[in-house]
Amino acid sequence: MRKSNTLNLGTGAFVLLGFAALAFLTTQITSRGLHFGSAPHYDVTAKFDNIGDLKVGAPVSMAGVEVGRVSHIELDLKEYKAVVLLRINSRYNQIPTDSDASIYTQGLLGGKFIGLTAGGADTYLKDKSEIDFTQSAFVLENLIGQLLANFAKGSSSSNSSGSSATDAPATTEKHK
Amino acid sequence: MNTPAAIVEIRDLHYAVNGRPIFDGLDVDIAPGRITAIMGPSGTGKTTLLRLITGQLRAYSGSLIVAGQDMRSLRRAGLYALRRRMGMLFQNGALLTDLSVFENVAFPLREHTDLTERLIRQLVLTKLQAVGLRGAADLMPAELSGGMGRRVALARAIVMDPEILVYDEPFVGLDPISLGVILRLIRRLNDVLGLTSIVVSHDVTEISSVADSVYLLSGGKVAAHGAPRDLQASSSPVVRQFIGGLPDGPVPFHFPAPDYFGELLARGEGH
Amino acid sequence: MNPVTELWRSLIEALVALGDVSRFLLRLILATPRALLRFELIVRQIFNSGALSLVIIMLSGLFVGMVLGLQGFQLLQRFGSEEALGVAAAIGLVKELSPVITALLFAGRAGTALASEIGLMRATDQLSAMEMMAVDPIERVVVPRFLGGVIAMPLLAAIFSVIGVYGAQLVGVQIMHVDSGSFWSQMRAGVDFRDVNEGLVKSCIFGVACSLIAVYQGYYAIPTAEGVGRATTRTVVSSAVMVLFLDYLLTSAFL
Repeated sequence: MRKSNTLNLGTGAFVLLGFAALAFLTTQITSRGLHFGSAPHYDVTAKFDNIGDLKVGAPVSMAGVEVGRVSHIELDLKEYKAVVLLRINSRYNQIPTDSDASIYTQGLLGGKFIGLTAGGADTYLKDKSEIDFTQSAFVLENLIGQLLANFAKGSSSSNSSGSSATDAPATTEKHK
Repeated sequence: MNTPAAIVEIRDLHYAVNGRPIFDGLDVDIAPGRITAIMGPSGTGKTTLLRLITGQLRAYSGSLIVAGQDMRSLRRAGLYALRRRMGMLFQNGALLTDLSVFENVAFPLREHTDLTERLIRQLVLTKLQAVGLRGAADLMPAELSGGMGRRVALARAIVMDPEILVYDEPFVGLDPISLGVILRLIRRLNDVLGLTSIVVSHDVTEISSVADSVYLLSGGKVAAHGAPRDLQASSSPVVRQFIGGLPDGPVPFHFPAPDYFGELLARGEGH
Repeated sequence: MNPVTELWRSLIEALVALGDVSRFLLRLILATPRALLRFELIVRQIFNSGALSLVIIMLSGLFVGMVLGLQGFQLLQRFGSEEALGVAAAIGLVKELSPVITALLFAGRAGTALASEIGLMRATDQLSAMEMMAVDPIERVVVPRFLGGVIAMPLLAAIFSVIGVYGAQLVGVQIMHVDSGSFWSQMRAGVDFRDVNEGLVKSCIFGVACSLIAVYQGYYAIPTAEGVGRATTRTVVSSAVMVLFLDYLLTSAFL
């Protein structure tokens, strides 16, 4: 009997240790700890010419603070644009309707995310609204293409106005 | 002389391993309350017969009735129920190495009965006393000698008061004293507990001293059968070779091989 | 015999083996409810497979984490992203290295112990004796050991991950002077519950595979000293191949 008590103790300690490790992993090294699933939210759409490699689940942030996630991505076959569904946490229900949604890259090698820049309107986004002002993702090939085109233009005429190489050549569209 | 109904009745049994026939129409009757020995040269399938009787193997054809149960049609539940009425002593004891002697003997009780600790303790100690090992109750199997281990296994085999006890080569590797002890135990337990004992062995002298009835197997059939002294007096060549320990006879000395001189003179082809 | 027929025969053999093992698994699952009544036995097996493997798992976790810290730092330094060491180490460990390395170590330590234990019981007729005493050896010997392995594995993998992350931290923050705040915050931002979950699912599946292979080899070992030895070797080899194969399957499934 003495032997089985130390055995039970040892096993119990091991199992406890294992679960503690699991708990540590889930809460300490992930961003959201234990609340997964649905906090109250509302959905907003935004259309882009090119979303690059934006993925479902990518964060949506405003002024650097995460306000929601990309919940769905689809192709609109009439306008040939990407339709992105943004699931925004209901706490942030005062985003002006003329805000801008752009696709940025996290860090140098990171994935894409959506950044919202506030507009000045008095009305706010609510469920099923659409964001009108969007900016597509930075696509490297387009930049290189434009760069080459500019160099070609710059060498044929003597104008040295190749400054477009330094900024993100994403096009800003206004559409209704 | 009245012959009681056989507790194990085997008729026209057929069994083969990998295509090689082991039993080719075997007829055996085990009388209840007696010690029956099953003997034969190596490889005649004595252990296989035990396995068939205890249901570890299933016969191909023929009838095998143990304690009124038809072994061919028994399912697992029925088989387990039958096995609780039987005890088996394995060649090397087969004690559970992670349990003490006491726990080993108590094992069947704990598994199949709801007896209180006190009762279990009393039963176990009684059985250990019967085999002379009550003082060894707290030892582990690894600390026992071969003979002692076998005696503990015997205590375990009788702890549930079985009707039939099966012994698989119980004398192998024992010194003369341990051998004598086991022999005596086999006889005493059989008589005191009213068991039927089936002993597989090839120790002719030893087993003849306690057996009531002997079956000699050879070539997949029963070669001879009767009381020990009847076999001693038999003139059948099979029996004479076995009893007398003669190297050559119906069981040949030479393993089948091509012509001797032919092989010696061959120029090493195919070897 | 020409290689094509050899290959064909090995393929058939492998399929037969797969079928055997699957049917064995079914037998184990069917016997599990009854085996659960023998809680004491299962607890003891969790101890044997889990608690006794702790030392090797923790040591390995530490060293793997430290190497990850070193290598990761070197690599990220080229891109100027040393602060991402935390997230790189954590993701690498949790999703890939922990489940796989823990499984391989488990197969080597606990798997061989299971296989040889059961194989020895087979060789000394203990399993047959149990059958003769009308006790199902599957229920009493095999399933508790199987369950012990299945339960122990994910716990071991989690411990491996945690120790590994600390190992990476030890090298990255203490030795290479990566900023501690960035190390942890980037990790928190970059590792998702889904990553941890994937790693957990992987280690559970590896646990089933390794435990199954070990008890199978032991149960069907040839009852000689040589046979038990062969069962032990086959456990390690089969487990390793299975784990790596499943790893590929699961990783692509999760993607």
